[in-house]
Amino acid sequence: MAIKILKNFFKRIFSNLFRHKKDIKLGFYGPPNAGKTSLANRICKDFTGEEIGSVSKVPHETRNVQFKEKVEIEYKGKKMVFKMIDTPGIATKIDYENFLKYKMKKKDAKNRAKEATQGVIESIKWLDDMNIVVVVLDATENPYNQVNITIIGNLVARKIPVLIVANKVDLKKADVKRIESAFPEYEVVGISAKYGKNLEEFYESIFKLSKKV
Amino acid sequence: MVKKRKNLGKIKGFSIQFLPYSEIRDLDSDRRIRKILNVVLGNIILILQGKLRAEEETRLIGDTMAMIGHVKDFKGIELAVISGNKNDSIWGKMKKGIANALAGGDLGAITIIGPATIVKEIKRNPKKIELLLNR
Repeated sequence: MAIKILKNFFKRIFSNLFRHKKDIKLGFYGPPNAGKTSLANRICKDFTGEEIGSVSKVPHETRNVQFKEKVEIEYKGKKMVFKMIDTPGIATKIDYENFLKYKMKKKDAKNRAKEATQGVIESIKWLDDMNIVVVVLDATENPYNQVNITIIGNLVARKIPVLIVANKVDLKKADVKRIESAFPEYEVVGISAKYGKNLEEFYESIFKLSKKV
Repeated sequence: MVKKRKNLGKIKGFSIQFLPYSEIRDLDSDRRIRKILNVVLGNIILILQGKLRAEEETRLIGDTMAMIGHVKDFKGIELAVISGNKNDSIWGKMKKGIANALAGGDLGAITIIGPATIVKEIKRNPKKIELLLNR
């Protein structure tokens, strides 16, 4: 009995000692075309010089989960190492005909739709592996979308700390307040991933959130 | 002044099915989702009393994705959950929690699930919900 107590005691001490040595798994989630990869690229480029993936105006450009290991973010003299995980956009419907509007061939459109459906399934599977999640929303779109609510609801159920990013604030139609009123229980940071606007506030929030891990 | 009604155009017709929560209360997640998808795959708009658990909602999305490309003409679903007032007081939340526990689910909520071939979009804001249909 005494040995078991001692064993548990040391196990707890050692796991606490080494827990912070592990990289924090930072996931980017959200609907398609919200700017998840643009934001992940911006961070990776700033701190590693390399991007994580390609971006496009055509929805579902990211169809596989993409990683960047050992991304050391420095903010106000503090450093933290993250494993960045960029996920495909989550949607409830995918119609290959929508891709034809972007002058894509029928065969390519069908293939893209097939890969996109697999991407959504992969994104959902990865939810359990995240330490913290940034939910990227397009600030020009209506935030009362069931996909957004479902993603956030799942993160809450899994007790994963969440930061909501209202992206595309450089656009006239952007409305950060609408996102704030849709999700009053969460911190919302308005940014432009494309132009790197307001990233300081974003990094501050990420560092704050990381303390909850 | 009364607003002029939008022209509805030619709608071919669609079916709506109401599913009381008692029909799914005792089912496990697998069966719940199968039951819901069976209705939706029959080109029927489903109005479900109550709502699914968060992980069941993602499971529904995942299973829906797995069916696209495998079920003829199926392009996915449109989904919306209308829940109670988020701004309830602590006492209000407690009362609701007890009522939900007794009922075995959130009966104050309503879930609308429609096949994407029929339902183009479910537009919502805090005050209203609109079902836009494909023509």
